[in-house]
Amino acid sequence: MDDEKALVARARGGDYAAFEELVSRHEGRLYGIAYNIVRRREDAEDAVQTAFLNALEHLGEFREEASFATWITHIAANAALKILRKRRGLPVAAPPTGADEDEEGDIPHPDFIADWRDEPARLAESREFQEILDGAIEDLPEKHRLVFVLRDLADKSVEETAGALGISRANVKVRLLRARLALRERLTRVFGDESRRLVRAHRHEGDERGTTPAAQILRSYRDDEGQARHEM
Amino acid sequence: MKCEDLLRMLNDYVDGDLDPGLCEEFEKHFAGCNPCRVVVDTVRKTIAIYKGGKACEIPLDFKRRLHEALREKWKQVHPPREGGEAPRA
Repeated sequence: MDDEKALVARARGGDYAAFEELVSRHEGRLYGIAYNIVRRREDAEDAVQTAFLNALEHLGEFREEASFATWITHIAANAALKILRKRRGLPVAAPPTGADEDEEGDIPHPDFIADWRDEPARLAESREFQEILDGAIEDLPEKHRLVFVLRDLADKSVEETAGALGISRANVKVRLLRARLALRERLTRVFGDESRRLVRAHRHEGDERGTTPAAQILRSYRDDEGQARHEM
Repeated sequence: MKCEDLLRMLNDYVDGDLDPGLCEEFEKHFAGCNPCRVVVDTVRKTIAIYKGGKACEIPLDFKRRLHEALREKWKQVHPPREGGEAPRA
């Protein structure tokens, strides 16, 4: 955003009104990200305040390789993580990357598969929309939630997320996949069009002969349920 | 490519980090597998919906405290110059 660059330049030149405008533009989004990390209102407030105070003090060090939005988002996410660790009685710095155990177990296969009833922008107009999104994210296991928030909401890279959480890159990827699939499942149960629900067992090359695993699954699925879902 | 393979590589695909050759494999798979196409599409929508979510309004009392604290800090970092103009806070 070019006008954002101009605001940053003015703020660096000592113009408080420009700095305040930057704060007003980002405070709501950062509060949402911080809240999704700490899940407690006063902690989210602390994280956001700490982030902006840091930004104010270090504005001269901001080099504009990244956008201001990215810079301040990372500061806020890191502040929130610190607060969460402190609350848990853990050392404030992340443990060395890779100190965690590998994520085990199969990736759960999508179950409710259906196109959504409407475009996300239209769905967002409903009154319960925010509650639905909050509820879905709240129910994620914390280790999956944190990776989702850092990667998809705070736009940190896999490397940065691994560093911030002290986990391996491989675990970042697996946890992100689990988080995204769990959220997709939950939202599709609410936003999905039941009448267009698909089953996951379906035909692939060789299925005609009934010899592929998919064909066998499909057969057993039919035997078990024998109902009228759409089979593709 | 089987559905399980696609599921494992789903993140790289939706994040645009996949090798172009593998992207073609995805497209081929979608042509014969509508459920996987719908799963990928709804994963994309899920991410987009969270990314694009309206920023929540921060609590009003917090907004007031935040801006007060920032103004105070600004005065410390940008003290008025001796005989110069007052800080613009």
